[in-house]
Amino acid sequence: MSLFDYTLKELQEKLHNNEITVSDLVEASYNRINEVDGQVKAFLTLNEEEAKKQAKELDEKIDSAASILYGMPIGIKDNIVTKGLRTTCASQILDNLNDPLYDATVIQKLNKENTVNIGKLNMDEFAMGSSTENSSYENTRNPWNTDYVPGGSSGGSAAAVAAGEVFFSLGSDTGGSIRQPAAFCGVVGMKPTYGLVSRFGLVAFASSLDQIGPITRTVEDNAHLLQAIVGHDNMDSTSANVDVPNYSDAFKEDVKGLRIAVPKEYLQEGVDPEVKEAVLAALKQYEELGATWEEVSLPHSKYAVAAYYLLAASEASANLARFDGVRYGKRTEKNVDMIDMFKESRAEGFGDEVKRRIMLGTFALSSGYYDAYYKKAQKVRTLIKNDFEKIFDEYDVVIGPTTPTPAYKIGEKIDDPLTMYTDDVLTTPVNLAGLPGMSIPCGFSGNGLPIGLQIIGRHFDESTIYRTAYAYEQATDHHKKRPNLGGDK
Amino acid sequence: MTEISKEQVKHVANLARLALTDEEVETFTQQLGDIINYAELLNELDTDNVEPTTHVLDLKNVMRKDEPKEWIKKEDALKNAPDQKDGQFRVPSILE
Repeated sequence: MSLFDYTLKELQEKLHNNEITVSDLVEASYNRINEVDGQVKAFLTLNEEEAKKQAKELDEKIDSAASILYGMPIGIKDNIVTKGLRTTCASQILDNLNDPLYDATVIQKLNKENTVNIGKLNMDEFAMGSSTENSSYENTRNPWNTDYVPGGSSGGSAAAVAAGEVFFSLGSDTGGSIRQPAAFCGVVGMKPTYGLVSRFGLVAFASSLDQIGPITRTVEDNAHLLQAIVGHDNMDSTSANVDVPNYSDAFKEDVKGLRIAVPKEYLQEGVDPEVKEAVLAALKQYEELGATWEEVSLPHSKYAVAAYYLLAASEASANLARFDGVRYGKRTEKNVDMIDMFKESRAEGFGDEVKRRIMLGTFALSSGYYDAYYKKAQKVRTLIKNDFEKIFDEYDVVIGPTTPTPAYKIGEKIDDPLTMYTDDVLTTPVNLAGLPGMSIPCGFSGNGLPIGLQIIGRHFDESTIYRTAYAYEQATDHHKKRPNLGGDK
Repeated sequence: MTEISKEQVKHVANLARLALTDEEVETFTQQLGDIINYAELLNELDTDNVEPTTHVLDLKNVMRKDEPKEWIKKEDALKNAPDQKDGQFRVPSILE
């Protein structure tokens, strides 16, 4: 059997009718990994022995009350802490962190649902990057064409789902790191509202922006996975105490009368013509489904990338101060005094992009520059947030492309950090404003690479995003296409 | 145009507790200069009367009772340490 062939609901039915077992699902996942991960390289660490043992236990104790996620194989981005299972953030500084001490809150929640953790997924080191080329271990490849990047930083999470290695995965999104790889790999990726999902146990990059979210093949499965991980958490003081709706209710409604805003800034120069065409075709589809759309302006969009990089790097420089070679992680073997032990351990343990951002952030926070860069960026953040608030007074969702172009070739941009940064122009504003945003497949480029449609909603209004995404998905079949890998027919 | 000098890069590297090679100093001087110049784009905006956003939730001073709780045991906390002695993390000597 292939994990590709069924939806979550169908698999759950088969489990309860004894047509398949959890062990079959887990077996299928590892078989697929053996078959294609040599090409895709999505995984850093496998949890095979433990997962197979857990599957047997789950097969024995399954009953009719089991949750919809029961027994489902999941992959976890390697910056989410898993007790006893190696967690590296794809960094050499955590290369020897083989025995983490606790489970992140999202992992504790998934354990209650009895999902099966298949393994840890590759990423840009400490989630800094947009192509997974900044992993210190390996380049994950785009399942649709293995010469191309899968996007990043949750590149392993998106590629593993697109390649059918796991049923779904968790990623994290600070400036687009769930939505952009979801777009590049042709899968569904949701960045929830800031505060909806606990960040406890997510290794911090930029604390005011980071958010964990689900990556799946369908919109419906995405809603089920999000439902399992949301909720207030005393262990995360920025976690929001809000009533969580039943996201599945969103699928009962259509999109007649839905008011869509399309920012003209999101379709301007720099956006590939094929991407623009796919987005306009999607808008036409929405018209046919009874929604209306109008062009609007988010006038501060062009400042988002600059503000984002100053803020994210500043927060990162503070968060990554904890990696000092004292309590865990790598320590230099050089025989030096304590201050040089810090400096050498960090120099040996961090890769170029991480050092670059620590340097940028430390500079922006340093005496004499704080007001000019850090505080200025925080003020621009307010303007960007206000742009969206104004739009949401009149519209239900904002729609545009997720990325200006489809995936690019491995090696094509990695030597040009600034160009890599400016590619995040369509995703970073959403994090700055703390809004929920989702990428769903909306077509393919001429050379067969997926294109992503981004749907942005009001704070804590994930339901309207799911309703909007589901209506489009039901009317189209992009999500049913699969990449050709290994022995695939 | 803000120029970033090599001396500034070395100063910042010291603040960030990062040992940089000469080659890295060279590269970062160039790259940080480019990025900072790009960030100067923000100066087009008049933000005199704009409040800064630190984060987006309407939350202030989240407090909890100051009570001890069971958490990670000392032996466990030490098990991933690069060096330890007598139940403590050990670092290179600070005093001569």
